[in-house]
Amino acid sequence: MGTPLKQPHLERRIFQQRLWVAVMVVVVIFAALIGRYFYLQVIKHSYYAEQAEKNRIKTNRIKASRGLIYDRNGILLADNVTTYRLLLTPEKAGNIEQQLTELRKLIPLTADELSEINLQLQYNPIFKPLIIKDKLSDQQVAAFAVRQHQFPGFSTQPYLIRQYLYPVVMSHVIGYVGKITEQEYLLEDKVRYAADDYVGKTGIESYYEQQLHGHPGILSTVINAKGKILSEEINQPPKNGKPLTLTIDLALQQATYEAFDENTGSAIAVDPNTGEILAMVSKPGFNSNLFINGISHADYQQLTTSPEKPLFNRSIKGGYEPGSTIKPYMALAGLFYQLIDEDYTYFSRGFFQLPGQARKYHDWKRGGHGQVDIVNSLAESVNVFYYDLANRLGIDRIHDFLQPFGFGQLTGIDVSGEKQGILPSRGWKRAFRNMIWFPGETVIAGIGQGYFVITPIQMAQALAIFSAKGEINPLHLVQKPVKTEHLPMEISAKDWQIAHDGMIAVVNAANGTGRSIRSDDYLIAGKSGTSQVYGKSEEDIYKKSEDLPKELRNHALFIAFAPAEQPQIAVVVVAEHGSSGSKAAAPIARKIIDAHLKKPQENPSL
Amino acid sequence: MKQTRLAFPDPILSSLLVLLLAGGLVVLYSAGGWVLVERQLIRIILGLTGFFVITQIRPERFEQFTPYLFVITLLMLVAVLLVGVTVKGAQRWLDVGISIQPSELGKITLPMMVAWLFRHSPIPPRWPSLLAAMTVIALVAGLIYQQPDLGTAILIAVSGLFVIYLAGLSWRLIIGMSGLALLSLPLLWYFLHDYQKHRVLTFLNPESDPLNRGWNIIQSKIAIGSGGFSGKGWTEGTQTQLDFLPEHSTDFILSVLSEEFGFLGVLLLFTLYFCIIMRCLYIAYNAKNTYNRLLCGALSLIFFVYVVINAGMISGLLPVVGVPLPLVSYGGTSILTLLLSFGIITAVHKHKKLIQQ
Repeated sequence: MGTPLKQPHLERRIFQQRLWVAVMVVVVIFAALIGRYFYLQVIKHSYYAEQAEKNRIKTNRIKASRGLIYDRNGILLADNVTTYRLLLTPEKAGNIEQQLTELRKLIPLTADELSEINLQLQYNPIFKPLIIKDKLSDQQVAAFAVRQHQFPGFSTQPYLIRQYLYPVVMSHVIGYVGKITEQEYLLEDKVRYAADDYVGKTGIESYYEQQLHGHPGILSTVINAKGKILSEEINQPPKNGKPLTLTIDLALQQATYEAFDENTGSAIAVDPNTGEILAMVSKPGFNSNLFINGISHADYQQLTTSPEKPLFNRSIKGGYEPGSTIKPYMALAGLFYQLIDEDYTYFSRGFFQLPGQARKYHDWKRGGHGQVDIVNSLAESVNVFYYDLANRLGIDRIHDFLQPFGFGQLTGIDVSGEKQGILPSRGWKRAFRNMIWFPGETVIAGIGQGYFVITPIQMAQALAIFSAKGEINPLHLVQKPVKTEHLPMEISAKDWQIAHDGMIAVVNAANGTGRSIRSDDYLIAGKSGTSQVYGKSEEDIYKKSEDLPKELRNHALFIAFAPAEQPQIAVVVVAEHGSSGSKAAAPIARKIIDAHLKKPQENPSL
Repeated sequence: MKQTRLAFPDPILSSLLVLLLAGGLVVLYSAGGWVLVERQLIRIILGLTGFFVITQIRPERFEQFTPYLFVITLLMLVAVLLVGVTVKGAQRWLDVGISIQPSELGKITLPMMVAWLFRHSPIPPRWPSLLAAMTVIALVAGLIYQQPDLGTAILIAVSGLFVIYLAGLSWRLIIGMSGLALLSLPLLWYFLHDYQKHRVLTFLNPESDPLNRGWNIIQSKIAIGSGGFSGKGWTEGTQTQLDFLPEHSTDFILSVLSEEFGFLGVLLLFTLYFCIIMRCLYIAYNAKNTYNRLLCGALSLIFFVYVVINAGMISGLLPVVGVPLPLVSYGGTSILTLLLSFGIITAVHKHKKLIQQ
């Protein structure tokens, strides 16, 4: 067997050598494999165990339902309602394009929406439902439900959405919610907020976002790699948002809104004893429900381009000259600094002149009002009385006296977006205008003109303090305990009464400018005012927020409280371009007061 | 004499194999349920029958029939390229009543042929037989590569090279050829298909593409690692049961075992494989003639290579090449081929015993 060269024993020995080498290699490689598995299974076990857990347990948030908002009488103002959205799970759908074409016959989709869907489809994992359309109408839900079998992969999903029950009259108080923007989301707590959450954008919704939003619950879902749910468990139930009860009286709010008729402007009614805001209207309002799911371009265009600026919350952002409504405060300042008293009179000859200056500061009444005391100076709104008084007070004392009333400062009202306004002073003018203060500017400050920029909410806060004779109850919209404070200056009861008497005379005296709103049922104290529109054009600090109209007619102002002896309501009305406070604004104030004070008397007769 | 020959084949190897097959079925039940176990069991019975039948054959017959078997293999490999069934872009199957994979046949017949070429050649082998062996290897590997099935082509080529190595090729030549092979690796890259390039790239950095190509290996490592020392328990492996682990009844069945039976299970399995390989090498060591020695040695070593590639691949040590875990992974042809090759090894052992008797 074999060739002559064959040496069977050598051959066998070489083979066995080769086998021994192979055995060694086998042993080494097996040892390496065992080492590898030991490394993965023993040394790195906890890491991979965690990865495996992460794989199978997905934690989802259960959205907390947003806190409801009620008026002071428990009437629901902001609700959460179930609505439906259309979802598409690409994995379960067949021909998506064809189905979408069919679907558009039932549920219209714009070209923009469609291209967004197509974009999302490229990035969305196929097992993850994609939102096709939010907020389907009832008809759309019904039409889809009937033909759902034709649309595999498409489904409707219920979700809660905000709904405002009195969207227009409450629009500026409650504000609205909208989908959280990327920037907002980045700033929020990621545990509480998801990228598809709603957040308050304006008003109460924005200011009380933290209370209203609630805390989401955690739902643990055991799933497989295909996204199929094997089991679900609630690890942490959601904590719903806290309900809020407003100080607003819906009936009064509606009456206030209606009292404006065709006028635009702002009205605020407060309870001076508590600081509670009973009504706060910025007219016109807007349908706040439009904003919740992303307002349509056309609607938004209309709201932003309307000359009436319905989105502008005049009550907290509108800056106005207080005009003659500042006079009661000036009179009080004069009394406080003992420049005038109840017996003091001043002769109005129709104009006032600073010593050595030619410029005449006029009365509104040609020829003047003759000899007037404090009460009559308010009743007839005698300008020269206040030119002279302001000149004697000087701008520093005027500023220092008015400041504690809150003029030119944020009131801290609990809605977002309040503007500060301006209470003029030497310091302010130097800082913001880099100019010295002129005596003539003090003179016109006496009748609330010049650099004043005051918001209606500031007027309301000041009036509440004034009507409560120095008691400061911070204004607020959501019911909560507030700390009552007092004006820092000691104003005597007698001085308070004189100032109040002046405002009572405005409405009740034969010569009062507001006598048209006199009531037999209760004593109303009031003061009219005119806010010059043209004067503001030189303002640049508040130019943006300032509601500069095209028309040059002045704004009509009226402040009032009633019953004068024991005030239950204080009202500020700004009727834009109403020209005369007593004519345009006073009747609105009267309607508001009536709506509030007559209500309890009407109830027993029902 | 006839009675003895029909007796139970090598009890050590047989019991090790049966133990491994039974254990494989237990894991397969967890990975794929009773349906797969039933089908696999049929294949195992078929394979064991083949194993038993082959065991009865006298080893001289293998030597005798080697050239014919090899020619048949070549013809089938050519046929597969001409009239083969295309599955997943590769022509690997030949449909002749039943589907057969000629490359599986090649796993046995190529080492047989190379051993046959060296059966009379001196030690160390001379150039003519070396060249003949290289030609035969290149022919079979080339045909399989054309299907295309690079993985199998390489593995079959390696089984042939094992024969050459065992035949006593001088170390100098071995080292020289290995160096040449290493140098030609960049050239190989040029011949790779895109999916193969991706596999290699994914192996080098699985996290680069965690959702697609890297997914398999990441999930497999999670399955293995999360199994820990003693495992999550039979049918309790979340990676497997929740379908995170891909192909868990075929290529990734060792991940299932690792997850559910832990490091202890892996150790037991490796021990079984180690014992099987050692037993086979022992048989080869004691075989009486060159042909038997070379064939048994090469078949044992290529079995070892399958184990290493699969275990290395699913644990992230080697690129994913689609080699099943021998005798455990679900799938018929590979079990059949492997049991037949063990049948050959057992036959060699029996023959040796008979001679001794």
